Amino acid sequence: MQVSAQHQAYWNKTLRMTAILLAIWFVFTFVIGFFAIPLSGIVIFGWPLSFYMGAQGSLIVYLLVIWYYQHYMNRLDEEYGVAEGEDA
Amino acid sequence: MSQQAAFSQKTFNSQLKKYYSFYTGGFIAFLIALAIAEQMGLPRAYIGYTFLAATILLYAGIGIMSRTSEVSEFYVAGRRVPAFFNGMATGSDWMSAASFIGMAGGLYLQGYDGLAFIMGWTGGYVLVALFLAPYLRKFGQFTIPDFLGARFEGHIPRFVGILCAVLVSFVYVVAQIYGVGLITARLTGLEFEVGVFVGLAGILVCSFLGGMKAVTWTQVAQYIILIIAYMIPVVMLSVKHTGIPVPQLVYGTVLEKVTAAEKKITDDPAEKEVRKMFADRAAAANAGLKDPKAAWEAGQTALTSKLQELKTASAPAEQVAAAEKALADYPKTMEDATKKWNADKGLAARANPPRPHATPFPGKDEKARNIARNNFLALIFCLMIGTAALPHILMRYYTTPSVREARKSVFWSLFFIFLLYFTAPALAVLVKFEIYTQLVGDKIADLPAWVAAWSNVDKSLLNIIDINRDGILQLAELTIGQDIVVLATPEIAGLPYVVSGLVAAGGLAAALSTADGLLLTIANALSHDLYYSIIDPTASAKRRITISKVLLLVVAILAAWVAAQKAADILFLVSAAFSLAAASFFPALVLGIFWKRANKWGATLGMLSGVGVTFYYMATTQPWLRGVFGVTSPIADNLWFSISPISAGVFGVPVAFAVTIIVSLLTKAPGEKTQELVEHVRYPHIKGDTAVTETR
Repeated sequence: MQVSAQHQAYWNKTLRMTAILLAIWFVFTFVIGFFAIPLSGIVIFGWPLSFYMGAQGSLIVYLLVIWYYQHYMNRLDEEYGVAEGEDA
Repeated sequence: MSQQAAFSQKTFNSQLKKYYSFYTGGFIAFLIALAIAEQMGLPRAYIGYTFLAATILLYAGIGIMSRTSEVSEFYVAGRRVPAFFNGMATGSDWMSAASFIGMAGGLYLQGYDGLAFIMGWTGGYVLVALFLAPYLRKFGQFTIPDFLGARFEGHIPRFVGILCAVLVSFVYVVAQIYGVGLITARLTGLEFEVGVFVGLAGILVCSFLGGMKAVTWTQVAQYIILIIAYMIPVVMLSVKHTGIPVPQLVYGTVLEKVTAAEKKITDDPAEKEVRKMFADRAAAANAGLKDPKAAWEAGQTALTSKLQELKTASAPAEQVAAAEKALADYPKTMEDATKKWNADKGLAARANPPRPHATPFPGKDEKARNIARNNFLALIFCLMIGTAALPHILMRYYTTPSVREARKSVFWSLFFIFLLYFTAPALAVLVKFEIYTQLVGDKIADLPAWVAAWSNVDKSLLNIIDINRDGILQLAELTIGQDIVVLATPEIAGLPYVVSGLVAAGGLAAALSTADGLLLTIANALSHDLYYSIIDPTASAKRRITISKVLLLVVAILAAWVAAQKAADILFLVSAAFSLAAASFFPALVLGIFWKRANKWGATLGMLSGVGVTFYYMATTQPWLRGVFGVTSPIADNLWFSISPISAGVFGVPVAFAVTIIVSLLTKAPGEKTQELVEHVRYPHIKGDTAVTETR
């Protein structure tokens, strides 16, 4: 197996994107949860903000994070020549 | 379907879409036909039987059509499940009887704090996407212990993996079969035990004949049924209360009304009176229990002398009669009195005003609120890490055609799970609105028919005690079990019985699909990992499959037998499975992929210590397990940071990470070949790939 400098660069980019998305996940899970009491003072369309985030908002963020990850990674594969052949 | 190679993946994909669109249309036509039959007078019991028979036959049919004895078909569905369909299959694999039937009710009872389950059971997929799915797919073997065995060089880590996988999955499958029994019993009126074995047959025909292949295609079919069954009643209830058929977008305004109703109920004089009566009864019970003998005698003496007094004073006849009745109702013996007091003690819970639905962590002071918040966050942590470590879910990502599809497939998985999970909180609020504003304050005699019907089915689902005898329902007089929220919604929304049957069929689909995935995980861990990889690596493919099928049968029967015992605390065990999975698999898998230096002893001891700490914490703090292990020291002394036993993984996971890292650094680095394997899984394609993927 040949791990070239290009492979190393690919892996570094992967790690960077993983860290960024993990940070977003952390904020929309634990930071939002930790400050749930103060955040419930803000009300949007009837929902206190903390309730809305727990019931819907954070879930949408999770979906977007996963969608962006697959989009970014599938492009990165092409860019660095590590993509698989035709399959789907 | 064995000339699969002839089809390209694209044709296969479009054929699947055609089949399942056709199937969905057929299912809707079936519903309409049944609805018409109901209008024409088909009795309810027959509707129940039709649903049970039709869905089980359908699943069996898919199982028979997908029967196979090829290794890669049996273990990983030939690795050609497109992302979209793998997403649906993961969705129904994931959503269990508890998600389908219990979750909205849990949210009804716990308000904001219950959202830990909503966030925990969805956010975990972010971890699956970022840390596991693509890498496991590239590794491309059959099971999770496979990965542990290859990456950590040997049978010991593989064996520990097998133990953890079997432990976690077995606990979980027992709860699913229990759910199948309950639903079948409700749908048809059969005995619970009969229901368990009918459901078992439904699970077995499918996984037994076709392994992962049959399970996958059945799970897709089950997802379609369960999502239709969940949505129809909620949408109709939303139309009833808001006029808009998209409950998820509009229930904010309903939530405001619920909050207003809570305030009104808290301050209402009749409600206050009822709550005080419950509080007094509970207080009297506690006082009586302190010295049962004296209290029982004192109570009897007081009643007797009062009757005597009234008689000598020639009081009006009705007063004498009332005093006579009170004496007659008084417990005859001290034992009867103690029994009654023990039951009354629990009434204290009904003396509290309604829990504010939208408020996070309601508590009497800062300290109580902080404890509630810490437990909320700890539970989310365990559920998320546990999600990303459950073998039956991770296994699904071995079945996609490529790494790219595996990544997409996590998105579709969460999307299909999200559809149900963002609806459940809306349903909880809508049902609460109905109960707080339409039922409470009504004459008990005039309540809608579904109230009496469900309280006749099971007092633990719905129960009313008119304690102040005013003939009017106060909220404190009503207790509900969490399952009622989903079960009664069709009737609350005024829908025909066929929709109630559909809801039960949806719950059945949820329970069966999860049970299928779990049984397969256990059978594969034992047949592939234990038998083939450790005991007899020369076994032929045919022999492996046969052994797997026999094991499926044995494990399923064992699980059904355990479920039929109706063991206490099954629900606790399910939640415990998340903490245990989190502490065993997650650190080993993630470090195995992201840290080349992680080695055999680090991973083995890490898994063992993670499970050990988690289990120790549960055994010393959870009432049922304390009983099993004979722990007698006070719970309060054993709690760390006031974290409840359900979230024990919050201690186990960091310990497992720390032990894996420290022990790995203290022992020899893994060999060159293993380091190459790590490189191999990191790049979807690399020159000179150590190809382990046998079937595409």
